[in-house]
Amino acid sequence: MTSAAPMIRLRGIRKSYGSHEVLKGIDLDVDQGRIVSIIGPSGSGKSTLLRSVNMLEEISHGEIWLDGVQVNSALTGRAFETHINRIRQQMGMVFQQFNLFPHLTALENVSIAPMKLKGKSKAEAEALARTLLEKVGLADKGGAYPARLSGGQKQRVAIARALAMQPKAMLFDEATSALDPELVDEVNLVMKQLAAEQMTMIIVTHEMRFAAEVSDHVLFMDGGVVVEQGPPEQVLKAPTQERTRGFLRKHLAQ
Amino acid sequence: MDVALIQRIAPFILEAALKTMQLAAASLAIGLAAAVALVAARMSRQAIWRGLSAAYVSVIRGTPLLVQLFLVFFGGPQLGLNLTPFQAGAITMGLNIGAYMSVGLHGAIIAVEHGQYEAARSLGFGRLDTMRLFILPQAAPLMLRTLGVNTVILTKGTALASTIGVVELTYSAQRFVTSTYKPFEVFAAAGIAYLIIILAIMLGIRGLESLFGTAERGRV
Ligand SMILES: Nc1ncnc2c1ncn2[C@@H]1O[C@H](COP(=O)(O)OP(=O)(O)O)[C@@H](O)[C@H]1O
Ligand SMILES: [Mg+2]
Repeated sequence: MTSAAPMIRLRGIRKSYGSHEVLKGIDLDVDQGRIVSIIGPSGSGKSTLLRSVNMLEEISHGEIWLDGVQVNSALTGRAFETHINRIRQQMGMVFQQFNLFPHLTALENVSIAPMKLKGKSKAEAEALARTLLEKVGLADKGGAYPARLSGGQKQRVAIARALAMQPKAMLFDEATSALDPELVDEVNLVMKQLAAEQMTMIIVTHEMRFAAEVSDHVLFMDGGVVVEQGPPEQVLKAPTQERTRGFLRKHLAQ
Repeated sequence: MDVALIQRIAPFILEAALKTMQLAAASLAIGLAAAVALVAARMSRQAIWRGLSAAYVSVIRGTPLLVQLFLVFFGGPQLGLNLTPFQAGAITMGLNIGAYMSVGLHGAIIAVEHGQYEAARSLGFGRLDTMRLFILPQAAPLMLRTLGVNTVILTKGTALASTIGVVELTYSAQRFVTSTYKPFEVFAAAGIAYLIIILAIMLGIRGLESLFGTAERGRV
């Protein structure tokens, strides 16, 4: 756990579905407190890459590291299960479709993981959950079931749920893509707040303006490779690659 | 229509109905155990278990229950398996309905959105915790429905056990027909007894559904 090592390190990540290679050797370092955005056309492999980080997708080749610990370790069977569960407890993930647990209230959605996985008492976990719901602006929604919440509220509960494990990093997969336009800002605001608190984040997004505002580093992916990367002012404002320019032109025209 | 006859045989019909219920209950217990084992195997990480589970279900569903009953009851002794008619009936029908139930239970599990599984795993929950805390509670209403339907099918199916000599409703009715020559009255009485049992089961399931229906709080 040397502080010099990046929080997240990806080396030579390759992933195939059958004969279709969707990630063709990706490297990425994300230092503690840094925010990396991944942009690119649909089907370019952004989600697959993000989901590889916590091994929701199994990669074919490469290495994944979190805070100096190899995520895709050589362990097998039960030992690997224990290892990966422990790793995942240190990484929060936010999904496009929220994936809140519909049979639990907002408060229970947030408190269940610290209670069951960290052995916190119910009172402790609920106090933590209340603090987090307040942080995402939903202090009064603890008793509500997901079906009663708007998309923006659901996504904020989902962020609070991930934060409840006090993760070392957060992974966002198009967190605002399923939202009505008027609900996007409330979620972006929470993400910016996390950024201000030095949370390490990888954000897959189709919102160029948000990426420009919040990121330290932007990755443009196409066809399973990183075509261009750098600070947002370079990749988004003065791209050197024709493919990046074409993508941004199309995206901004919409 | 000989109403007096129906009144006269009613106590015996009732007794036979109790036997039918016992047989159904025993089969149900065996069936539930078999179904849980089959679903667990079906969802195993080891291909061999998944294969065995699928093969078992195919064999059970691909052959008539009557043949399975004959195989176990008449064929069993050849292999040193000497079972009473009741035992043979309960075991065979339990193992039979278990296969059907496992298909329904597995269907209820995979009907839960995959995103639920991923959300739980991404938080660091293991496979069993994920199943127990998130998937099963959401699958419960559908599971209950499939268990209810199969329990009804099973209970009516116990009539087949009459063919291997279990003295349940249908068997008793047949005996009364030979002694009274009034098949209409006798089978009508037996039919009514079955109907009452089935209605009671359906009512029980309805009650359970309203109890567990709370898991269905609407989709995310
Ligand atoms: N489960 C899967 N099976 C087969 N192909 C898949 C699967 N998931 C994704 N893909 C393919 O992988 C490629 C990358 O997908 P994805 O990572 O979802 O792209 P993005 O998030 O950039 O839109 C696409 O061509 C997609 O069709
Ligand atoms: Mg995607």
